Amino acid sequence: MSKTISIDGQSVPFEEGQTIMDAALAAGVYIPHLCHNPEFTPHGSCKLCTVKVNGRNVASCTMPAVEGQEVLNDTEELNADRLALTQMLFVEGNHLCPACEKSGNCQLQAVAYYLGMMSPHYNHFYPQREVDASHPDVILDRNRCIYCELCVRASRDADGKCVFGMSGRGIGSSLVVNSASGRLGDTNLAVTDKAVQVCPTGAILIKGKGFTVPIGRRIFDHYTIKQIQTGGGPHE
Amino acid sequence: MSERKIRLATCSLAGCFGCHMSFLDIDERLFDLVELVEFDRTPLTDIKHCGPCDVGIVEGGVCNAENVHVLKEFRKNCKVLVAIGACAINGGLPSLRNNIDLWDCFQEVYQYEGGLEGGVVPNDPELPLPFDKVHPIYEVVKVDFFLPGCPPSGDAIWRFLTDLLAGREPKLDYEQLHFD
Ligand code: SF4
Ligand code: SF4
Ligand code: FES
Repeated sequence: MSKTISIDGQSVPFEEGQTIMDAALAAGVYIPHLCHNPEFTPHGSCKLCTVKVNGRNVASCTMPAVEGQEVLNDTEELNADRLALTQMLFVEGNHLCPACEKSGNCQLQAVAYYLGMMSPHYNHFYPQREVDASHPDVILDRNRCIYCELCVRASRDADGKCVFGMSGRGIGSSLVVNSASGRLGDTNLAVTDKAVQVCPTGAILIKGKGFTVPIGRRIFDHYTIKQIQTGGGPHE
Repeated sequence: MSERKIRLATCSLAGCFGCHMSFLDIDERLFDLVELVEFDRTPLTDIKHCGPCDVGIVEGGVCNAENVHVLKEFRKNCKVLVAIGACAINGGLPSLRNNIDLWDCFQEVYQYEGGLEGGVVPNDPELPLPFDKVHPIYEVVKVDFFLPGCPPSGDAIWRFLTDLLAGREPKLDYEQLHFD
């Protein structure tokens, strides 16, 4: 007999070694997440996936599923926390969606839509961040980076290249590029690399493709991120 | 409806008037609207100052001293203040200049770019003082409701207004909520 946890009262089976997030995704239960991508080792940094397990808040993408856990997920309180985290991500970077090629296909924006974010609420930092257009096929716009490290993980674990890394701590963090000049154009990054495909935001974009699908006809214009990430709609 | 009509004011600060154009996209529903509301200050009436109103709708962010005066006049006079569009809500496209030095910006536009007679940065006392950064209006005054979009569609605006005027908490359908 398979082991189960309960998520919002629903019984969800899991296998030994799976996290709460793994079990939820396999069962088609949506737990909002940004830094998690099932193809890569969990990172546990954005905290959007926070759930309440037996009364304590934990990151579901890193928390192993254990027989009999009572998990609260889709509650007003947790969604309010998630909304606040999302709003902080918006004001900590420079997110001008109308000028962003990723708009409509962006997971940060989609999570904001899902949580009903009507404004970023907090005062904007308007940080000074660098754009790196030196690569012939790929552009890196740090204004939109949320430091999820998916590109770091993908470049290291899938591409075997280590093109990206993080430097600094806290609000002083920045995404750095592994070349003597620090420029993307001086790395061996290829447009086909996994690192180029995984960015959930418009921080890493492939050049010359921006508006092949017009605004208004993109994934999250018509489907919620919940539908997409639990298999209810087309995949990116 | 025999009671007093709801008094509505609108203005555009650091915006492109796109939200106002989208407002006109409610098309013939404008006839339904004027049954319910009376316009105070708005580009439609050309009234220059806002009097006591029930609802004020502000497009655009705050990029200069004049924007702040107008915004404060709206906040003082309007019972309910609404931020409409990306610029009022996060600074929008005008805030693309927030990470460029203001003087560099002026020089680029008035001195280095061809086509402007004289090539001097305007410095008339009549001109409002520009700020070094563009800000959303909620960083300056309290805002009661937000209607995102760049611009929000006519349908989203109509949905929002009909909710608000009927005394309901405005709520958009999923496909009406857009940041772009
Ligand atoms: S990365 Fe996403 S949230 Fe940021 S500006 Fe682009 S579409 Fe908007
Ligand atoms: S560039 Fe994209 S994938 Fe990399 S850390 Fe930033 S948001 Fe994440
Ligand atoms: S998705 Fe779990 S912490 Fe980011």
